[in-house]
Amino acid sequence: MHYDVIIIGAGMSGLAAGIRLAYYDKRVCIVEKHYAFGGLNSYYRLEGRDFDVGLHAVTNFASPTKRNAPLNRLLRQLRLSREDFDLRPQHYSQVRFPGKSLRFTNDISVLVDEVAREFPRDADKFCRLLTEVERYDDARLDAPYRPTRPMLREYLREPMLMEMLLCPIMFYGSAEEHDMDFTQFVTLFKGLFCEGFARPPGGVRTIIKALVKKYRSCGGKLRMRCGARRLETDNGRVVGVTLESGETLTADAVLSSAGYAETMRLCDGAFLSSPRPSPWEGEEELGRISFVESVSILDVTPASLGHDATIVFFNDAETFTYAEPRGSVDLSSGILCCPNNYKRHENLQEGVVRLTWLANYDRWANLDEAAYTAAKGALRDNLIKRVREFIPTFTAHLVFTDMFTPRTIRQYTGHLNGAVYGSPRKRRDGRTPYENLFVCGTDQGYLGIIGAMLSGITMANVHMLEKTTNVG
Amino acid sequence: MNGKQVKDIVLGIIAVVAPDADLTNVKSDVRLRDQLDMDSMDFLDIVMELRKRYKIEVPKEDYPKLATLDSCVSYLTPKFAVMVPV
Repeated sequence: MHYDVIIIGAGMSGLAAGIRLAYYDKRVCIVEKHYAFGGLNSYYRLEGRDFDVGLHAVTNFASPTKRNAPLNRLLRQLRLSREDFDLRPQHYSQVRFPGKSLRFTNDISVLVDEVAREFPRDADKFCRLLTEVERYDDARLDAPYRPTRPMLREYLREPMLMEMLLCPIMFYGSAEEHDMDFTQFVTLFKGLFCEGFARPPGGVRTIIKALVKKYRSCGGKLRMRCGARRLETDNGRVVGVTLESGETLTADAVLSSAGYAETMRLCDGAFLSSPRPSPWEGEEELGRISFVESVSILDVTPASLGHDATIVFFNDAETFTYAEPRGSVDLSSGILCCPNNYKRHENLQEGVVRLTWLANYDRWANLDEAAYTAAKGALRDNLIKRVREFIPTFTAHLVFTDMFTPRTIRQYTGHLNGAVYGSPRKRRDGRTPYENLFVCGTDQGYLGIIGAMLSGITMANVHMLEKTTNVG
Repeated sequence: MNGKQVKDIVLGIIAVVAPDADLTNVKSDVRLRDQLDMDSMDFLDIVMELRKRYKIEVPKEDYPKLATLDSCVSYLTPKFAVMVPV
């Protein structure tokens, strides 16, 4: 079978790209190695309960009147309505450092007031930073790399304020350790602080199902449990995709959401099946940021136990260290997310508390099954200790806990090192050394769930739709 | 096809690509981008819808000719005229 475009991966970016192309009458096939959609933002069912992977919050929540907000642009591009995503805004979230806390909501003025309260010396300076961020065009595809920390030092005098702003921003999207690209910082700053958090009561599956339904209704083809084993190349072009089954599909162009290094390895024939591949020239570009996350089920809602914050980003020191930890996890910082604490989420039957820590891929990947299970069990005491700081009676109401690790992420997303946010080096224009092979998703570099979908849309528009109108 | 019909076709397309835009008082001689707050993605979709629905091709260098409703009419009317009836 010959296609106009083959898309690798049925995650947010691949599905969004697929909708664009299929809607405009391209013959498109998405190949997905897993049996579940969603990639990095997926879901599963265990002991009769629905669980989300990835999604704590949909960032970039915007009212319908803000036509140029990323959320509204993507709904227009995908011909979806707001009801399809069913997003409900957060209560409030918080950044907690020793002796200081900053509350933020989907109204930026709350954060402005909080900064003025905790860091009065920097109140005006923070407003100037905010103006700069709002003016900055972070969607452009040719933005040069600029480190964020030196930029922030120009604006802010209080080092701890800088750390407290970087903490949630890095946690929610930085593939780079210690610092990040300023364009990415702006994207996340707008998404987290200026626009804010929302969630569908049904969780991430509401969004994924809307995408899959739309894609199919446009005539797109979807092949599940059908991993790409090799990209067949000839003279600088990709001519076909050979599947795990041995079957080869041919296409005029290929759009891959597998990650840049991961896609390049498909081209030179190296397989992705070994957990830790042999040294390769692109090794230094691989991401190192991965997480362990526990999902705890409670027999009551967290709010009834006095915890009504949607998301809390905590850090035990005055400086925030965002890096792959030496040990299996970094217990000194993390994210506590309560999906119940979004507006109009009363239909959730049970309480859910998610706790996320930075983790070391190798430490988890190299364990045998027994040691792996034991390592997860050993984290349980730390989990309870930490959550009790926020919800003192947590243990009395705890029904069940599940945990996923960098190893799980590697298995489900195919990202080398279980790198949640992919490579620190983004390819914003999506180009590769092969003229008809492009990347979308994490390694293209638009961030968050809305960013992932916009990444697929933009790459489909720029490399596949505008092109045909030119030639046509 | 006359100018009025072409104008209605373009407005019909805008209603699909930008359902959140208010089309009640669109001025013919003011840039659509300015009065409807449309971005480059919306514009690409006008071009793509013309192609999908009417097989009309608008090369990228001609995108500026779709700036206002009036300019759409003068640019597109000849293209609709040579269209093979379906």
